[in-house]
Amino acid sequence: MTRLAWIDYVVMLLYFAFVLGIGATLRRYVHTSEDFFLSGRSIPAWVTGLAFISANLGAQEVIGMGASGAKYGIATSHFYWVGAIPAMIFLGLFMMPFYYGSRARSVPEYLRLRFDEKTRAVNAVSFAVMTVFSSGISLYAMGKLLNLLLGWSFDASILVAACVVLVYIFLGGLTSAIYNEVLQFFLIVLGFAPLVLLGLRAVGGWPGLSARLAEHATARGFAAGAYTRSWAFMGHAAANPVGVEWFGLVMGLGFVLSFGYWCTDFLVVQRAMAANSMTAARRTPLIAAVPKMLFPFLVIVPGMLALVVSPTSGVRNAGPAAAATITSTTATNLPQPPPTSAPASGVVPPKLDRRTGAPLHDAAGRVVLDYDLATPMLLVTFFPAGLLGLGLTALLASFMSGMAGNVTAFNTVWTYDLYQSYLRRAAPDSHYLAMGRYATIVGVVISIAAAYVAASFNNIMDFLQLVFAFVNAPLFATFALGMFWKRATGHGAFAGLLAGTLAAAAHHGLSLPVGATVGVKGGYLGSLTTYPSELAQTFWTAIVAWTACFVVTILVSLVTRPRAPDDLPGLVWGLTPKPTDPTLRWYQRPAALAVLVLAFTLALNLVFF
Amino acid sequence: MTLDIRLPLGAFFALLGALLTAYGAATLGEPATAPTGVPIDLVWGAVLLAFGFGLLALVRRGR
Repeated sequence: MTRLAWIDYVVMLLYFAFVLGIGATLRRYVHTSEDFFLSGRSIPAWVTGLAFISANLGAQEVIGMGASGAKYGIATSHFYWVGAIPAMIFLGLFMMPFYYGSRARSVPEYLRLRFDEKTRAVNAVSFAVMTVFSSGISLYAMGKLLNLLLGWSFDASILVAACVVLVYIFLGGLTSAIYNEVLQFFLIVLGFAPLVLLGLRAVGGWPGLSARLAEHATARGFAAGAYTRSWAFMGHAAANPVGVEWFGLVMGLGFVLSFGYWCTDFLVVQRAMAANSMTAARRTPLIAAVPKMLFPFLVIVPGMLALVVSPTSGVRNAGPAAAATITSTTATNLPQPPPTSAPASGVVPPKLDRRTGAPLHDAAGRVVLDYDLATPMLLVTFFPAGLLGLGLTALLASFMSGMAGNVTAFNTVWTYDLYQSYLRRAAPDSHYLAMGRYATIVGVVISIAAAYVAASFNNIMDFLQLVFAFVNAPLFATFALGMFWKRATGHGAFAGLLAGTLAAAAHHGLSLPVGATVGVKGGYLGSLTTYPSELAQTFWTAIVAWTACFVVTILVSLVTRPRAPDDLPGLVWGLTPKPTDPTLRWYQRPAALAVLVLAFTLALNLVFF
Repeated sequence: MTLDIRLPLGAFFALLGALLTAYGAATLGEPATAPTGVPIDLVWGAVLLAFGFGLLALVRRGR
């Protein structure tokens, strides 16, 4: 465990003071429910763009992508360059005109306007449940990490973080969440950038990192470049550490999962809906795509570095005086890197058996590494007092921005799509504003409860995440048909969503990743097929779900009565005037920005091919 | 726009930068604060300070 110096605590307190101060300042500007839930649609594009990306920059991104970087290498960048940027561009160019132009206040509300009440209800209920549980999982991960890393109380950590998030959203609503997300964005970037710089310096730059990872790759039976090239070994699932072939990757991740998340998830779309004009709303995901395509260097590279830096580098080789300091402030209950068993485990510690505390081994007898600790371990290895406070505050900011994104999406969907629609229709606006604030409290309380559920029953959370995946996978088919095919009907959409979810569950139940046991990992309906990795199974489950939803929606729509075209302007492509930006120069238009982002993303794929 | 976000952002990073720079200067020469050979608190504190003042300058110019 690492003990912090006074300067580290001062940095954290400064951060808490500012996020609470922003919430308190913005309270005076919240007068209506639209101010609270949609920031009065008054925020400029660069702010909503950074908030859009920051709301997604939660624990899963910073810790999870670092872990994947250590596990899979630079191929993890597919989650950005294939699994995010194209979908963000599509959202900005083609879908925002419907979300923003229809004046829907939420994504489920768009479904009601386009289809019917039952389709909205399914989406609103599943989304509301999903957001608070996701928030709880994030909170649990934060509490566990701070306990392991700093020895802080799990209870105190999650209570303090949850209360800070609660206070600033309660006071300033979505505007407060968005402003703090911008602060958190810069904090995460400026907190992790020196980690990458120091780490690369320690291993001799990118060439040094590549050389060390080549040793690691060959020791694991892959080609030397398997950890530093993103496409070269995607021809066959067995040839790359991800265990996925290019078709499953492009269709499963790049199309179904990516478009399903970025184009339909209200958590991110809500930020764009808060923009001050249609052009600003369309620019929001495009502006967000600029930092997004560079994030692999900020969150994946630390994981790769953690795998190869010497455990005695950084703070630990700073000479006798430093060594004495570190020894005096470093206890031994944090799992230490395996001494000699693995050729390149760097500072990544082994995963410990929960009962015995001994390192776990895989079927081949190799030590199983705890990849989730890759980035945090690199942080405590390289950052001295002062900068360590900044790095840990950046980590806290990532947890809090992810949680705030979930809570603001929850309070809006609850108030507008569930409470106002089914419980109390015609109350004064002040009533819904108050309800939004109560929903914020309830959302945070459920998140805390979910964190304790996760702490007690890990498999229950795995199961919940699985159910969420089943519900989410078919969604993009529903939205795509709704927005681009005027013949799609409400009955078709509803039947398609159910069919997609059932198909996802059936595919998952009939397949199993290699080496997994029957249960939450699949195979509970029989073992029809085996996948080389869990990711491959996830990608193919998504493909099956999307296809089932797409086909069933079309079939049922063809035999049910469509809505009159007069009802659909603003909701369907072809019946809606195309947005124009006559006052903008060509390079200021969303399409130009989209081309630029796409070209740069293509270049990154080629550089790391 | 209710509040220019660059104002609290600039103030936060300027304060944070000043804090780290001062701490880095006060501990200059101590091996524990420059473990990789770089007085990183001092250097990165200056970067944060410049970023914070840059944002504050933008706010001032916008008025």
